[in-house]
Amino acid sequence: MARWDGPLNKIDDYRWEIPKNYKPGMRVPGLIYADEKMLEGIRQEQAAEQVANVAFLPGIVGYSLAMPDIHWGYGFPIGGVAATRVEDGVVSPGGVGYDINCGVRLLRTDLHEAEVRAKLERLLTELFVNVPSGVGSTGKIKVGKKEMDDILTGGARWAVRRGYGTEEDLEATEEGGCLKGANPDKVSLKAKERGSPQSGTLGAGNHFLEVEVVEEIFEPDIARSMGIEDIGQVLLLIHTGSRGLGHQVCDDYVRLLRQASQKYNISLPDQELACAPVKSPEGQDYLAGMACAANYAWANRQCIAHWARECFVKVFGKPLPEIGLQMVYDVAHNIAKIESYEVNGKKASLCVHRKGATRAFPPGHPDVPARYKKIGQPVLIPGDMGRRSYLAVGTETAIKESFGSVCHGAGRVKSRHAARRSLTDADVARELASRGILAKAASRGSLSEEASEAYKDIDAVVDVCHKAGLCRKVVKARPIGVVKG
Amino acid sequence: MKEFDIIEHTADIGIKAYGANLKEAFANAAYAMFSLIAGLENVRESVRRQITVEAEDREGLLVSWLNELLYIFDVERTIFKRFEVTELGETSLKAEGYGELLDQSRHTLKGALKAATYHMLKIEENNEYSVRVIFDA
Repeated sequence: MARWDGPLNKIDDYRWEIPKNYKPGMRVPGLIYADEKMLEGIRQEQAAEQVANVAFLPGIVGYSLAMPDIHWGYGFPIGGVAATRVEDGVVSPGGVGYDINCGVRLLRTDLHEAEVRAKLERLLTELFVNVPSGVGSTGKIKVGKKEMDDILTGGARWAVRRGYGTEEDLEATEEGGCLKGANPDKVSLKAKERGSPQSGTLGAGNHFLEVEVVEEIFEPDIARSMGIEDIGQVLLLIHTGSRGLGHQVCDDYVRLLRQASQKYNISLPDQELACAPVKSPEGQDYLAGMACAANYAWANRQCIAHWARECFVKVFGKPLPEIGLQMVYDVAHNIAKIESYEVNGKKASLCVHRKGATRAFPPGHPDVPARYKKIGQPVLIPGDMGRRSYLAVGTETAIKESFGSVCHGAGRVKSRHAARRSLTDADVARELASRGILAKAASRGSLSEEASEAYKDIDAVVDVCHKAGLCRKVVKARPIGVVKG
Repeated sequence: MKEFDIIEHTADIGIKAYGANLKEAFANAAYAMFSLIAGLENVRESVRRQITVEAEDREGLLVSWLNELLYIFDVERTIFKRFEVTELGETSLKAEGYGELLDQSRHTLKGALKAATYHMLKIEENNEYSVRVIFDA
């Protein structure tokens, strides 16, 4: 891949600007959050060019943003955030991606490392059996057409109604686990057919279940209000999305919006940025279909969390209240949302695209659940399976600068193919085991693809966000057991 | 003749597929895609499936062709290992796919592909017949 030699003008130690005049057609400048050491890595690929391309979108406000986990995607960069005016701007399915509402969910336990380590192998086996994973995995829930529509409109609420989890889970889920505006009529039959056998499955790729232990607590008071008090306390992290249903919704609408881009005379540097005015019938239909896929993903993570709880109960032989496994939070990191911000001193309704970026609302924000009102919205930032994950909280700076957004993970540096070539699954499993991490994978090559060396250093990525003020670090955790799809 | 090359892409994966003509390049692109999903050596040809795709242009046809196969893989659970593109116009494609129903006890699954994208999509029919596709992996 060609090196990117465009301008990255230093604003301060953590902010680098791509000026608006870099490319004719950019409507706003680009802004990348990174430290000086990361710049060379960013220049090694074309992700920064993609930041500039996103700045072409009609109605984009502020900056075309990229978080420090930025890497080369298709159309939008991964780690990209773009906010467009609802009034006269566009919505782009490529700004959400094929895995609509891919996201993470964190649960806390009252268990400690030693107790879990003693039964870790059995726990992972149990999780592996009870949470269907891998390429082409199908689920345990059989849903008919009517129930599929209930999933698409109800999201995690559907799952809780079905007995998978509690009201408290919903309170600790972005949007209460149910994005408004979902209309199942705007989801193709094909998408529903793909979603039907895959309800309640982890899938493959970088999706995982991770058993973690708390390694460091930066903000004890904030951590305590999330139920995290001790070093060595065990957490469970779930990472998955909307499976084939979401992929089909995105594919259907990229196809439709390619035509709409022509219809509305929108000229774009990359076809994958295909878009339509937010208020157009095409834009509205996409948002209604996307909301369905987002809800499917929340239902998915809700079911998986429920089965994971059953696994813990079985393996540790204790009732759930003694184990814990209460939700800390659940966030979407591939989504477009209509949110309200101040733009040039006036209140404006914006369509915020987060493509590999996490919502990070500050204390007091109306969309932050009551129990977190004082501390801000929990932000979940998983690293790679060999290193660490972070729990942070959103800030006012994020609202002012990044449309309430922050990074979503470590960000890849090595392609999946290169990672597979240089490492075997067995090498990776051995290396992880030598550091006390037990890993199981459903698909061949899935461990090598996800090896630590394929990713940026999560500590550095989160530090940039923390120092730039987009979030505050609360807890750092390290994995001890991983189930990969 | 070489069927395809892999294109390195940080988060995802791409392919460039070749053919003596465009039909063959489209067929080889589908073959490349399934060889990224599974080891095809153990896949038998017990299923024969007709596939028809329509799109607004050639590029749309290429993406729709590959995504149709991913849809069939998800819903009908067929792994394809051989393709014959019988008709390829500007806006429609007809093909036959040969393969087998997924059998986890015999088939080796390698990786998931979410979708074929329009990013860097290229159809070459001047000096050589080839197609380039980046997948969301």
